[in-house]
Amino acid sequence: MTNPWTDIRNTDLVVVMGGNAAEAHPCGFKWVTEAKAHRGAKLIVVDPRFTRTASVSDYYAPIRPGSDITFLMAMINWMIQNDKVQWEYVKNFTNAAFIVKDEFGWSDGLFSGYDPEKRDYDKSSWDYVMGDDGFAQVDMTLQHPRCVWNLLKEHVSRYTPELVQQICGTPKDRFLHIAQMIGECSAPDKTMTSMYALGWTQHSKGAQNIRGMAMLQLILGNIGVRGGGMNALRGHSNIQGLTDIGLMSNLIPGYLNIPTEKEVDWTTYMSSRSFKPLRPGQTSYWQNYSKFMVSFLKAMWGDAATAENDWAFEWLPKLDVPGYDILRMFELMKAGKITNYFCQGFNPLLAFPNRAKLTEALSKLQLLVVMDPLETETARFWENHGEHNDVDSAAIQTEVIQLPTTCFAEDDGSLVNSGRWLQWHWAAGTPPGQARRDTWIMSQIFLRVKKLYETEGGVLPEPIVNLTWDYADPNEPTAEELAKEMNGRALSDVHDLKDTTKLLTPAGKQLVNFSQYRDDGSTMGACWIFSGSWTEDGNMMARRDNTDPDDAGMYPNWTYAWPLNRRVLYNRASADLKGKPWDASRKLMEWNGEKWTGYDVPDIAPTSKPDEVGPFIMNQEGTSRLFTRGMMRDGPFPTHMEPFESPIANPFNAQMRGNPVARVFADDAAQFATSDEFPFVATSYRLTEHFHYWTKNNRINAALQPEFFVEISEELAALKGITLGGWVRVWSKRGSVKAKALVTKRLKPLQCGDKTVYVVGIPLHWGFVGAARKGWGPNSLTPFVGDANVETPEFKAFLVNIEPATGEAVS
Amino acid sequence: MDPNLDSPRTAAANPPIQPMPANLGAGDVIRASAMPDLAPPQRQLTPVAKLIDVSKCIGCKACQSACAEWNDTVPPIEENVGSYQNPSDLGPEMFTLMRFSEYENPNGDFEWLIRKDGCMHCTDPGCLKACPAPGAIVQYSNGIVDFIHENCIGCGYCVTGCPFNIPRVSKTDHKSYKCTLCSDRVAVGQGPACAKACPTQAIVFGHKDDMIAHAEERVADLKSRGYENAGIYDPAGVGGTHVFYVLHHADQPALYSNLPEDPRISPVVEGWKGITKKVGLAAIGIAAVGSILHGLLGRANRVTAEDDREAEEYVEHSLPPGRS
Amino acid sequence: MDKRFYSQPGDRIETVDPVLVSRYRRFTRANHWVTAASLIVLLLSGMALFSPSLFFLTGLFGGGQTTRWLHPFVGILLFFSFLLMFVQLWRLNLPRPEDVTWVGHIGDVVKGQEEKLPELGKYNAGQKFIFWAMSALIVVLIGSGVMIWEQYFPHLVSIPVRRWAMLIHSLAAVAIILTFILHVYAAIWTRGTIRAMTRGTVTGGWAWRHHRKWLRELAGREGRGPAK
Repeated sequence: MTNPWTDIRNTDLVVVMGGNAAEAHPCGFKWVTEAKAHRGAKLIVVDPRFTRTASVSDYYAPIRPGSDITFLMAMINWMIQNDKVQWEYVKNFTNAAFIVKDEFGWSDGLFSGYDPEKRDYDKSSWDYVMGDDGFAQVDMTLQHPRCVWNLLKEHVSRYTPELVQQICGTPKDRFLHIAQMIGECSAPDKTMTSMYALGWTQHSKGAQNIRGMAMLQLILGNIGVRGGGMNALRGHSNIQGLTDIGLMSNLIPGYLNIPTEKEVDWTTYMSSRSFKPLRPGQTSYWQNYSKFMVSFLKAMWGDAATAENDWAFEWLPKLDVPGYDILRMFELMKAGKITNYFCQGFNPLLAFPNRAKLTEALSKLQLLVVMDPLETETARFWENHGEHNDVDSAAIQTEVIQLPTTCFAEDDGSLVNSGRWLQWHWAAGTPPGQARRDTWIMSQIFLRVKKLYETEGGVLPEPIVNLTWDYADPNEPTAEELAKEMNGRALSDVHDLKDTTKLLTPAGKQLVNFSQYRDDGSTMGACWIFSGSWTEDGNMMARRDNTDPDDAGMYPNWTYAWPLNRRVLYNRASADLKGKPWDASRKLMEWNGEKWTGYDVPDIAPTSKPDEVGPFIMNQEGTSRLFTRGMMRDGPFPTHMEPFESPIANPFNAQMRGNPVARVFADDAAQFATSDEFPFVATSYRLTEHFHYWTKNNRINAALQPEFFVEISEELAALKGITLGGWVRVWSKRGSVKAKALVTKRLKPLQCGDKTVYVVGIPLHWGFVGAARKGWGPNSLTPFVGDANVETPEFKAFLVNIEPATGEAVS
Repeated sequence: MDPNLDSPRTAAANPPIQPMPANLGAGDVIRASAMPDLAPPQRQLTPVAKLIDVSKCIGCKACQSACAEWNDTVPPIEENVGSYQNPSDLGPEMFTLMRFSEYENPNGDFEWLIRKDGCMHCTDPGCLKACPAPGAIVQYSNGIVDFIHENCIGCGYCVTGCPFNIPRVSKTDHKSYKCTLCSDRVAVGQGPACAKACPTQAIVFGHKDDMIAHAEERVADLKSRGYENAGIYDPAGVGGTHVFYVLHHADQPALYSNLPEDPRISPVVEGWKGITKKVGLAAIGIAAVGSILHGLLGRANRVTAEDDREAEEYVEHSLPPGRS
Repeated sequence: MDKRFYSQPGDRIETVDPVLVSRYRRFTRANHWVTAASLIVLLLSGMALFSPSLFFLTGLFGGGQTTRWLHPFVGILLFFSFLLMFVQLWRLNLPRPEDVTWVGHIGDVVKGQEEKLPELGKYNAGQKFIFWAMSALIVVLIGSGVMIWEQYFPHLVSIPVRRWAMLIHSLAAVAIILTFILHVYAAIWTRGTIRAMTRGTVTGGWAWRHHRKWLRELAGREGRGPAK
């Protein structure tokens, strides 16, 4: 989230699209209720289903799963056509004025540079025209035909309300009504917030869905302001922390990158990371990359990381592929190329797509280690549960070891919420039975592996034997020790960079924040963005002061928000070019003639003059981007792409299937279905009564939602002779499930042109272990393909068939 | 009980860490089932109320969960019968239930109306009126109607008496259960568990006057959003309730899973517990006493010697010789 | 064998001096007393649940929970026990022309001036009334009782129907108690009656006085004696 949860109460309009906040985030949704009750805010829901969020909305519109880009581009088109644009914001705070290369273009649903063989774009044309001064060329009048604004205008001109009705199945009048409501928020004193979640991410073009709304928000001037923003509702209590801390195969904590195999040394690695500003005077904060990276390497290897050995850069693993995401991992597992798998706090057998493939892959492992506080299906993948898990146990030779771990309530530590707040918590209970903390388990493994390297040697023992492990009890580092390490400390005295006589932090002390990170080896810090969370003043994450100046919703002394306790990202954009708040009644930051003041930590150097330095300091432009250059694999603008399995051909290019640059493994491509065979669109989702596959272990949650069901419209029920509460079989090209039928008016067939699209809704909370009744997850049916940029699986739009079933499932 | 302590005004506050005595007890009972001669209460507590704002409710069932957790009940894991409503009904282990109804309004717009069902804590409680067991159902001066389970005999008369179809008798211990408005929490200055758990503050708790004022604000907001018939559901037929609703369609409460239009204690129940009881007992009493008196004072119908003789003669005459 | 009009099998003259007439067999007497005992238990337990002032009666049965549990089961016992009696007695309780005359002379009945009444068979109209009233009320009570039997039939009928069942059950209960009082009182007031249900026999004088046609038929069957 760009803004904290508590800020949602400041908004005038909430748009929930690509999510179901009331259902999946009921606690956070309270702020929507507050905005409605106390500001008179309106709530719009756009969703294939009339959801629990829709039940308290002011306006609802249906949409076909996987057609969001069309809706959003049409919305932008309508804003431009109807002059609902926050012009000052767009001109100055976005890259609307930047001139783009002539070679860039779009036709037949594809951008320039597409190579169908590689399923990839040559992105060289997706860039600005650079001037002789080394800076990108701009036309602040927005008259230049090749400026981003005019390219955008042309790009979205294809997306008319009629096209929305044809592609999305959203009635034109509903679309226009929503456009009116959203259009009002282009006024500087009106804001809209976007709340979204996996309804946008779990598509083969998920990142582009989100960009679509981000662009709309920029055009309305709603980023960086109170009550605005792009608010990604994170699906687990600490999934934000997971990404922050870089728990992905291609990341290092703080969104730094694991080097690729082409980046053989430090110099090569850093050569593409200079982040030179693209406009004069801009901050481009990533210019500090080397400080964050060196401090990270010092945190890893301490004294063994020296200037001479390039801070031990060579000990980092190097990627031979863009990433070892989960889909690739299971693909490799199935091919027999991964033999040992550690599964920590994860239930892939139900959480990843195409369960048949997962079972096949897991069956080929030699060793599966499951670390989890709960009994999971993954740990029991080899166990026969009749129809619910029909495997031949005798044929599976995988050795499975279950290591019971503690749950969050049995640990100290911090959870990072969607609003980037690091909230410290204290253990409330003692672990049951033989459960041990994950840190203890991992330490035991590490210490034993290290010993093996020390006694027996091996290939490249250095990263292991030199790893810093200076914890009081090497067997079990504490949460406090790890948190302090992430904040960083001075290894030798840290001085002011401009006035080197000025001592900032003496050796051995905690750093104040990442502004004290150095790339000369004098500091260590494992996660630069968390720096400031545990200083010499103590644990900032444990703060519980809920004072809130001006009722701004910022609560600056409540826990700690990264970065730098900043509550709203890009908050300098809440004020105009002179530094005056767009809306005086919702002041966030203000230029007082000398520096930025206000209710938040300014997202800009405090003395940067408002008309000189752009608010988007992490970007080389200093502005936000309506055009992303080559930073996304599937285009600098979002363009309509159908799901890989769709009943409708892409109207821009009937030959194009799904996202043209998404990675598809050969076996999986063969398992994509067409609507001839599988005529119905399915989508999957969470229910409020459960949290994924955890709470089915809990009796009360199981009682509140006991049994697997699918939701269908009355029309589809009539078409197929399905009765309310009766059993149905739902199957795709990859698998089959049995469920109870919930026939409802909340899921109406969509009329997309001459095609009637029936949607089958499949919630995801049942498996074959736990207190609830046995059932299946939608992943028995879903296709094995992910987003082109981040590989999030396409769980939200796929094809199935459905029929009444005889008798319940047996196991 | 501390006479200076009154009813809590919110469910949002946290309890003190120190143990505290219960501030709600026998001395606060204003009515008890089958106890017509109850002593008057020692003090008058400010009436409390739980307001359920249906328009803010997202149907998340946190209230159901909190209710089961606080009351330590174990709701059954049932089947799905084609509904979000689970368990499918109120029960002795589930004192509150989200009821879901789908409504297509005359404008052609769809509405999903979700109502938290449970005891309304009537000012004129039908359950209490129907209950035959002394002290099994009590009403406190703050308005809470509570079941005192040690006195409950499991007859189910409360089920018959309730205008809202709320109490459920356990098959296990044969006692009747329903929402207590968390009287045990209210007794220590806390609001009900459901109100505390509600993420959107669709459920709020406090003094009834405050809740009415809050409800009126909510109704105004709903009217401003086009719900012309928004209103408060605090039915006069049962003397008002201490759990009440804000409805978008207050003119059609039945839309909300058959919320009664004009609930009142059924005249049949009134007839049974009123006139039938009085007249019936009187008739039985008069008959019994009359018979006894008549028996004592009146002349019995005796067989006379004449009767015996005539019978003997007649029988002897009739019988064949040798039989005597 | 001649057809019986006023008596039933088992009814016979046992001794002549003095005359003792067998009125109820051992089985019927046992049946009656089981029915009577059930009714008394039902009456006491029912009254306890009917009025708070009588709730103390639950103490007789070990408390409210037991009373609540016991009452319907005894009701079932009563129903079947009475059903057995009904099968035995219903024929002689069918109304006959002389019943009309008897009712017309109800004043004489109360005054004990039996000589002014017609000769009767085994039952007079009052006894017949008790029989049919009991029969009808027991059907009503068992029917309404099952509808309000929370423990086993909580969902048998809707709550509005259940309310009516409750009211009807109470009214029928009051009625059956009144009938019961009448029955007991009449049995006591008419001296010599109770022994019919204890020893099974009545005296000749009692039979002559109250049920002469019955006696005549029995005597006739014994001796083919004086045709009436």
